[in-house]
Amino acid sequence: MSFEEFVARSHAAGALVVQPRMGFGDPTAMRAGLAATRSARAVTVGTLTLDSYTRVRDTASAEHALRNGLPLNGYPIVNHPPEVTRGMLAGLMDADFPVQVRHGSARPADIFRAMIAAGLHATEGGPVSYCLPYSRTPLDEAVRNWAFCTDLLLAAEPEGGRPHVETFGGCMMGQLCPPSELVALSVLEALFFYRRGLRSISVSYAQQTNMEQDQEAVSALRGLCAELLPEATWHVVIYAYMGLFPRTEVGALSLLAGAAELAVTTGSERLIVKTTAEAHRIPTVAENVAALEHAHLAARATIHRATVAADNQVYREAAALVDAVLNCHEDLGRALVIAFKRGLLDVPFCLHPDNAGQARSFLDAEGRLGWSELGSLPLRGVVEQRRQAALTSSTLMSALSHVQSTHDALAFGDHETVAIGGQA
Amino acid sequence: MTERLHDLHSDRADRADEVLAGGRGTVIVSSMASDSHTWNLVYLELLVGELGFDVVNLGACAPDELLEYECLSRRPVMLVLSSVNGHGYQDGLRVIQRLRGCRPLRRMPVVLGGKLGTGGALTQEQTGQLLLAGFDAVFDDQQGSGSFRRFAAALPSPAGVLPMPAEGAGA
Repeated sequence: MSFEEFVARSHAAGALVVQPRMGFGDPTAMRAGLAATRSARAVTVGTLTLDSYTRVRDTASAEHALRNGLPLNGYPIVNHPPEVTRGMLAGLMDADFPVQVRHGSARPADIFRAMIAAGLHATEGGPVSYCLPYSRTPLDEAVRNWAFCTDLLLAAEPEGGRPHVETFGGCMMGQLCPPSELVALSVLEALFFYRRGLRSISVSYAQQTNMEQDQEAVSALRGLCAELLPEATWHVVIYAYMGLFPRTEVGALSLLAGAAELAVTTGSERLIVKTTAEAHRIPTVAENVAALEHAHLAARATIHRATVAADNQVYREAAALVDAVLNCHEDLGRALVIAFKRGLLDVPFCLHPDNAGQARSFLDAEGRLGWSELGSLPLRGVVEQRRQAALTSSTLMSALSHVQSTHDALAFGDHETVAIGGQA
Repeated sequence: MTERLHDLHSDRADRADEVLAGGRGTVIVSSMASDSHTWNLVYLELLVGELGFDVVNLGACAPDELLEYECLSRRPVMLVLSSVNGHGYQDGLRVIQRLRGCRPLRRMPVVLGGKLGTGGALTQEQTGQLLLAGFDAVFDDQQGSGSFRRFAAALPSPAGVLPMPAEGAGA
């Protein structure tokens, strides 16, 4: 059974699929991590997170680390021969436990080849989301690379099932990107894959700062996918908060439970978890398993569904952004490059030279993300630009830490909150 | 890997002008080659700017040769390297050895900060090795910004650092 079939079957059975981010340089450690994911008390899929040398195609440094026993922050799939990776997965990856490759590369051809050679058919990324926030690769080069790799995956007819790609566009920068632009980028990357022939897709959305706004965003994402991907099988994957994570266990678990609630209330099929170690270091296998099980229980405890207007504010903004990009060029890859050049897409705080850097976001008093500067975004008349005081390192830090401190306060400040609020 | 250099920063300000204008000189803020994180860099750019320096932010995944080139051509009063992907120890060692091997950069203040190891904070021995290899200071994530601010405040004025032979400088 393929990745998409496993997710669909689980969803039909009422279970949220939960998934870690997990990668180790050593195949034995990687196998142990996958085995622990599989046997967690939750409905899980496995992850091969690749190391960051592989992501920037520095196989020499990965090799150096392997040879000298230095720790890697992921599995170097290009350095390990395909038979080593197959052996690592043997008897573990099957119909009940599909495995996805997660990497973060703007130029992933070697990764795709290694993945295909090892019999893996599910991965994630995108021409914008793996270029702008994370690399110095020019956007047009990333677009060409991702087009090539999509074709490579389609031509390979992988043995495990239809090729599956998840967009990473719903995560841009992890935090402080207004949800409408996350939705637009996730949809545009999905459409990029779709137009190249891919029919098994998942679209991501990363939990942000306000539950209602996030629910509107997922509803918008679903609406736009239904319009634009008529012949694809697609599902929604929620990422637990990708910004500064709470430092306390109570805070981290509360935020993770919130992500599970967001997933279930919006009918999303899959959730990628974060752990209690996130604020401090790369999590251990045990911490990942604990996070998977916590998310599973939080999802099971959520029975209500969100009621969100289909034509909500996030939808209106996202639709305007998507339309503006589609109008740039009939080739979507070219359209994306042109849109960024014109500032029709502009990711706040993104340092990449191909990002205009004119648009700015802010957090309002309710914790909703809004636009303080629109730059050239095609949103005039759709959204109000609410200018803010000049950004300083400390105001930036408080915006970046808003979610962290809100959830950590649950661990430290319960009594204080009660005392100030005057209600027991 | 330096093909994007021209796009990165068009403000190739003349250093002499900056000194005359009374600025504290230029600080380069950068990642290292394998690290794709940038929020740390966005924050540091604001923080270092507030301390009175002009800031050049090299962004994500700065290759070793780009770091060397930018330091040679801009002669910053300090290079601030930030790493949060767990490879800071090995990447830092490699980069500082390269920079200190380049004669004009031998006395340039270089600091490293962030989440530097895959297993959390570095051991004292690892920190010692980074300092021995040539870093002027190593700041662990847990320390907060106070010790970095103090270090930056104690930097000599640009006039004391600038008169170095311009051998090998690109700009």
